[in-house]
Amino acid sequence: MQGSTIDSANVVELEHSDDATIAHTAEHHSEHPDLRVFGLLVFLGSEGMLFMGLFAAYLTFRAVAPAWPPEGTPKLETLLPAINTVILVSSSFVIHQADHAIKKDDIKAVRWWFLATFLMGATFLAGQVYEYMHLEFGLTSSLFASTFYVLTGFHGFHVFVGLTLIAIMGIKSFKPGAFLGGKHFGIEAASIYWHFVDVIWIVLFLMLYIL
Amino acid sequence: MKIQKIIQITAVFSLIIAASLWYSQNHGLLPVQAAEEAVLYDNLFNALIAIVTAIFLLVQGFIIYSMIRFRRRKGDDTDGIALHDNFVLEIVWTAIPTILVMWVGIYSFDVYTSMKGTDFMSMPMAHHHSPISAEQIANLAMPAAMADTLPSQPEIDSQQAPSGQLVADSSLPLVIDVSAMRYAWIFTYPGTEIVTSEMHVPVGRKVKLNLNAQDVNHAFWVPQFRLKQDTIPGITTNMEFTPNKLGEYPIICAELCGGYHGGMRTTITVQTPTEYDSWLKEEAEVASNSPQTLAFRQVLKDPTQMSDREFLTEQAQAMRIDKDLPTEIHDHIDRMNHHHMHEMASYLTSATSTN
Amino acid sequence: MTQVIERISATQPPEPSSDTTHWREYFSFSTDHKVIGIQYLVTTFGFYLLGGLMASVIRAELATPDTDLVSSDLYNGLFTVHATVMIFLWIVPAVTGGFGNYLVPLMIGARDMAFPKLNAVAFWIIPPAGALLLSSFFFGAPSTGWTAYPPLSILTDQHVGQAIWIFSIILLGTSSILAAVNFVVTIFSMRMPGMDFFSMPLFCWAILSASGLVLIATPVLAGAMILLGFDLLAGTNFFNPTGGGDPVVYQHLFWFYSHPAVYVMILPVFGIISEILPVHSRKPIFGYKAIAFSSVFICILGLVVWAHHMFTSGTPDWLRIFFMIATLLVAVPTGIKVFSWLATLWGGKLRLESPLLFAIGFVSMFVVGGLSGVMLGSVPVDIHLHDTYFIVAHFHYVLFGGSVFGIYAGFYHWFPKMVGRMLNEFWGKVHFVLTFVGFNLCFLPMHLLGLQGMPRRVAQYDPQFANINVICSIGAFILAISTFPFLFNAAWSWFYGPKAVDNPWNALTLEWTTSSPPHPHNWIGEPVLATGPYDYGVPMDEFEEESMFTGTID
Repeated sequence: MQGSTIDSANVVELEHSDDATIAHTAEHHSEHPDLRVFGLLVFLGSEGMLFMGLFAAYLTFRAVAPAWPPEGTPKLETLLPAINTVILVSSSFVIHQADHAIKKDDIKAVRWWFLATFLMGATFLAGQVYEYMHLEFGLTSSLFASTFYVLTGFHGFHVFVGLTLIAIMGIKSFKPGAFLGGKHFGIEAASIYWHFVDVIWIVLFLMLYIL
Repeated sequence: MKIQKIIQITAVFSLIIAASLWYSQNHGLLPVQAAEEAVLYDNLFNALIAIVTAIFLLVQGFIIYSMIRFRRRKGDDTDGIALHDNFVLEIVWTAIPTILVMWVGIYSFDVYTSMKGTDFMSMPMAHHHSPISAEQIANLAMPAAMADTLPSQPEIDSQQAPSGQLVADSSLPLVIDVSAMRYAWIFTYPGTEIVTSEMHVPVGRKVKLNLNAQDVNHAFWVPQFRLKQDTIPGITTNMEFTPNKLGEYPIICAELCGGYHGGMRTTITVQTPTEYDSWLKEEAEVASNSPQTLAFRQVLKDPTQMSDREFLTEQAQAMRIDKDLPTEIHDHIDRMNHHHMHEMASYLTSATSTN
Repeated sequence: MTQVIERISATQPPEPSSDTTHWREYFSFSTDHKVIGIQYLVTTFGFYLLGGLMASVIRAELATPDTDLVSSDLYNGLFTVHATVMIFLWIVPAVTGGFGNYLVPLMIGARDMAFPKLNAVAFWIIPPAGALLLSSFFFGAPSTGWTAYPPLSILTDQHVGQAIWIFSIILLGTSSILAAVNFVVTIFSMRMPGMDFFSMPLFCWAILSASGLVLIATPVLAGAMILLGFDLLAGTNFFNPTGGGDPVVYQHLFWFYSHPAVYVMILPVFGIISEILPVHSRKPIFGYKAIAFSSVFICILGLVVWAHHMFTSGTPDWLRIFFMIATLLVAVPTGIKVFSWLATLWGGKLRLESPLLFAIGFVSMFVVGGLSGVMLGSVPVDIHLHDTYFIVAHFHYVLFGGSVFGIYAGFYHWFPKMVGRMLNEFWGKVHFVLTFVGFNLCFLPMHLLGLQGMPRRVAQYDPQFANINVICSIGAFILAISTFPFLFNAAWSWFYGPKAVDNPWNALTLEWTTSSPPHPHNWIGEPVLATGPYDYGVPMDEFEEESMFTGTID
């Protein structure tokens, strides 16, 4: 009975933050800086290892194979992906502006920067879908094709997650008072995640298209 | 008092060391040694047994002693000594294991290179070998005297090779191709027509195996040789051993390969050279038209390399010899040589491609 | 009822009103780290019993050389699921999620974990993932071993079971990553004022190291699972040589996780032992810093030894030598820990009750597993012993003799704190003796089996091994029986055991400074850091030089 008491007392705060329980019940901990950014960074480090594993597999396949890409594989078009890369990399700078703006509590600017990032990210995804549709090989055509689709597809999935985050935060920002007064973890998280997706893409692009 | 302590401790340590050394020579844990590699292995194993037994006795003895000596007596609610650390002691028990494992590492490395012959040290040289190595030629059915001249003269004069002579040259390794499939082993003796499901090798001669798998991973294991090698589809792996004890030993699949993994086993027979030669002859005679051999060959047929029969037919046609060769072809030693050349060529391509 | 609660919470702050945790909390999406810890422990113990049941069937099958009890395919399914359950649903979640969640905040003087909700999410992934895995028995259980080596795992007849296996591994991996994020952030940022890293209990060091390994290695396993899943379900050929793939790449990815996984399973248990030995020996832990750093060192080395599982896979020689040296080096920090524990016992006042018995049992059994591990680290020795019963013996000495003994020790030690009641000591000793005897009877002879030529993962074997296998099976059944005294002891004591005082063992770590069971917010006031975690013992200068080290033999 008493256990549920705590829950009902904290329901309101829980909606705002994961840390509500601590903030509410343990005053001496509330002076801790927001740990969620730290947590997110640790998580992304781990997530990065997932890509590392896939990259390592790709590089090994490539090193072991007698010819790479295997003979008969059509050459990858690099122009579109290059444009895509430019768009994605610049979007990282755009979302960084949102990060700046929120620190000045300028929620209007944040919305615009988020919208711009969202559009750029969506363009990237659209470009990727376009590329998929015009490639001459399918998922199972060859080992090269499989690694290509799985790596870019998996990254594409992360872009999608990033876009969803940005969209959610953008919508949330219309709630009065949201993200103001230093409570801008949501904005920061979306932006950090977006940078992560970006960095992964740069490695991926160099590996798949350039190397 | 102090000297008495030292004597006691020294006595305990000497006892432990003596017991470990005795046990390392008398543990009886390993099966019969049937290959030269097993001798090397057992020496290393015994050395390790001595070390681990000593540590085992030391630790367990210490634990039992402490449990008796330092047990809490009824009514004693005091604490022990506030002993937080002892720098010298900690250095000692860091240094001794470090030295021990380094020694184990070096000794293991040494045994490993001896077991693998000189392969490890000369590995970078592998690509500079002449396309047909002497070892492979040694498997050809030809007199031992012929083989001696071969290393400098890789081109074989097919006219001079008398047919039906199946004498093994014991100075060069015997090469056998091993193909693993669920749930059987198939052994091909290059240079002969022999394809069997049981392996026969002469005692005292080095054997080189080229292992491959048809479907999933398997592992070739002969406990009496202390050797094991995974067979992996698409990759040729190698293994060498020199059997030194007559007898029949099990060949066991040691990598999970499916439901009947436990039943995937056969035997290797180590014979005297004379016995082995007569076995070779016997097998060669049946091999040419036994349905079993044909079945094995069918199994071994791989889309990437033609079957022997197809190859032979093609070769024969190219050479404008008799048109209906397939039935007689195995009697003609000259074609056999070509056949063998083909096989050698395919080993070499597969070997170089995996390197 | 609800109205009452609302009124209470509206009129007064929750802290003074609630000093116990309602039982329904344990069946809810609770964010209290103590509730989650117990949820983990109870759930995983349930999985342990199921895994043990499978082990019993396996041992019953192996009591005779022929395949006569279950079909070969079912047999393969049993040992595959047995291993998966024991690793991913028992030891890993029990030692990190279970003990880690319960103890870390209490030990560092925090009110909860850094992310309570995330913590609950991490836990609640486990029951459905476990149920999913077990459901595979209805579709043909995955039967390619917990290693799931391709091409076998791609060409398997149990397609659905294999896919379920892959999916549940990904889920369980996600859960353990989320838990690890929480531990790292909690230990780094939520220690109470005045507690630096070197006054933290060693268990926290162990959890920190294990979490580091989880964060670095588990995602790589997820990568391998994704690629394997594509091979299995979408027809790609990453690991299938007929389509140009490379099965050995899978082995590298798999062992990059699965070797560190061993340390994920054993490091927190090292931590548990480092807590229990000083308390029940009434002595400070010997060599605090050496133990703390050796955890970190094991964590680092643990990441570069994975290919020692592949010495027979045709890996290049230089790679084998490198991994051999790295593997052998793991013995050094591990040895430091073992020797430090032994030195902790020396000169103590050993309270030989169930917690210490299991802890000493741990040291004793783990040493056997460690020594056979050193032997296996040597490439030539491993070539003969790889994939034999020697390996089975080795890792059961590490994971059962090691981890499970340590978990039991932890149960006995912290049960009074968690439940507020004491366990029955007599049945605790019965449990220990049965477990110890059964365990050694079951696994010691397996060393001989492997050396003599019995491969692992076989349903039928050479009749010459029949007698030894019968001994192993008898040991396994004793082991199965040994869980009953514990189960009844724990269940009975939970409700009817004598009430425990706050600090029944007279221990110094912070979790013993609160009530038993702890207040939902851990401490009613602020926790007080009065001493270091291991400041036991009579000061050295009060002891005579003579009795200090050598002891007096009367």
